[in-house]
Amino acid sequence: MKDIIQIKNISFNYPDQPLLFDKLSMDVHEGEWTAIIGQNGSGKSTLARLIDGLIVLKSGQIVVDGLTVNDENIFEIRNKIGMVFQNPEDQFVGATVEDDVAFGLENRQVPREEMHRIVEKSLRQVGMWEFRDRIPANLSGGQKQRVAIAGIVALSPKIIILDEATSMLDPRGRQEILSLVNEIKKQNKLTVISITHDIDEAAGADWVIVVNNGAIVEEDKPDNIFGDIEKLESIGLSAPFTSQLMTALKARGIDSHSQYLNDERLITWIKKLISTK
Amino acid sequence: MSNFLFGRYLPGKSWVHQMSPQSKLMLSFYFVIVIFFANNVWTYASLSVLILIVVVMSGVSIGYFLKGIRPLIWLIIFTVLLQILFSSGGHVYWHFGPFSVSDTSLINGGYIFVRFLLIIMISTVLTLTTTPLAIADGVQTVLKPLKKVHFPVDTLALMLSIALRFVPTLMDEMETILNAQRSRGVDFGSGSLKHRIQAAVPLLVPLFTGAINHAENLSTAMEARGFTDSEHRSKYRVYRWQRKDTISWVAFLLVGVLVLFIRNN
Repeated sequence: MKDIIQIKNISFNYPDQPLLFDKLSMDVHEGEWTAIIGQNGSGKSTLARLIDGLIVLKSGQIVVDGLTVNDENIFEIRNKIGMVFQNPEDQFVGATVEDDVAFGLENRQVPREEMHRIVEKSLRQVGMWEFRDRIPANLSGGQKQRVAIAGIVALSPKIIILDEATSMLDPRGRQEILSLVNEIKKQNKLTVISITHDIDEAAGADWVIVVNNGAIVEEDKPDNIFGDIEKLESIGLSAPFTSQLMTALKARGIDSHSQYLNDERLITWIKKLISTK
Repeated sequence: MSNFLFGRYLPGKSWVHQMSPQSKLMLSFYFVIVIFFANNVWTYASLSVLILIVVVMSGVSIGYFLKGIRPLIWLIIFTVLLQILFSSGGHVYWHFGPFSVSDTSLINGGYIFVRFLLIIMISTVLTLTTTPLAIADGVQTVLKPLKKVHFPVDTLALMLSIALRFVPTLMDEMETILNAQRSRGVDFGSGSLKHRIQAAVPLLVPLFTGAINHAENLSTAMEARGFTDSEHRSKYRVYRWQRKDTISWVAFLLVGVLVLFIRNN
């Protein structure tokens, strides 16, 4: 698998603060859903901003789809990356839904007729076309994030970065947004990087990177990472629901798998357990 | 804030709704100037008829205009009273010390009242039939000539549209902060003036820091979406000059000329 983002030996600190990253290196595989998890202050969001060139790197190198992140390539790189931020209110630039989706296209000086076509297509894709005249004050948090995603889809990037994009949504809104991104990812063969606190969200990813205090603690498939509850808890993260359930079963004398199971596999395993008894 | 009328937009498909914002802005401006040329019954009557036609064509119910007048009613009454009590000349009906009421002062008071009414009506028609976004766009078009003297018209328009977009957001936030501080025992809106000013601090400081946070996040999001400067952009929305605009302008100009002819010199 090709690495679409290569981070090589980067070091970074905010002014007057200790080093956040010290010679950090990591890769993101093309076409995969990569989840970056870690506590608050572990440097996840900073990492996302460095990749998009929103913060200037001090030392080391970041390569996005063959282009080094620097002043020269910055706009080309931003064309390749779409970012959805945490607060739905703060990333809504346009006065109405339609105008917000058009904002990125306007910046790229796309001709008007084409813009109208793309905006309609993108809004239909996220199911917000009927809401095109609404102002942000009359939309729910989940709807605003849908619009943010439409604004990104309109620019057809290769990479989508979700910077805690679901953290201010209710469970249903969160589920909706995630399945929407998943669908768009499949349709357009995108790479998704999701930065999240939500362990269940990370459990659905193809690849998980655990960050703690600006360093990578572990990176692996979710199956291998979420099997070890104690290790997760030692860096302040909770385990996914299924892992917690298995631990609880073990405490009650039911010898369980030592491996991580998602919902589906856990259900099959329990069914099998009951039928063999 | 239910009776807060500024920037309120009523969706519709009337003649006035369909006009381009730049011509509506200019027309309102022009109309206010014409009002100051009016100085007798006939001029005021013709302007009132024009405004009534505009109101009918906007399809907005009269109730909304009354709402627009309500916050200004004391200012209007005060000014009209001053005009009635202090102007001199004509047949005096009643006088006491420096105060007097005469037929000319009554007529002048009436004129002032109508003048206020006309100005409020035209500006209410403008805001009720034009979205804030369209007004921002209209301002941009109207100010375009200033680009020649290097005035940052595009930046101003962008600032205007972002400001308008954040008005409801900040209103909501103010409400939240207000309630949060109330729940912690801050008493807004009672006590002495000094006390009230002091009580505003726990409202204003969080509101300001919140606004700065919004600005920072918004600018990051804008940059991430490829915003470089406000000049090198294409435009999604365009408000073209239409036949309706031309017809309206002809009507307004005719009334303007009429006013110049029938006013007392």
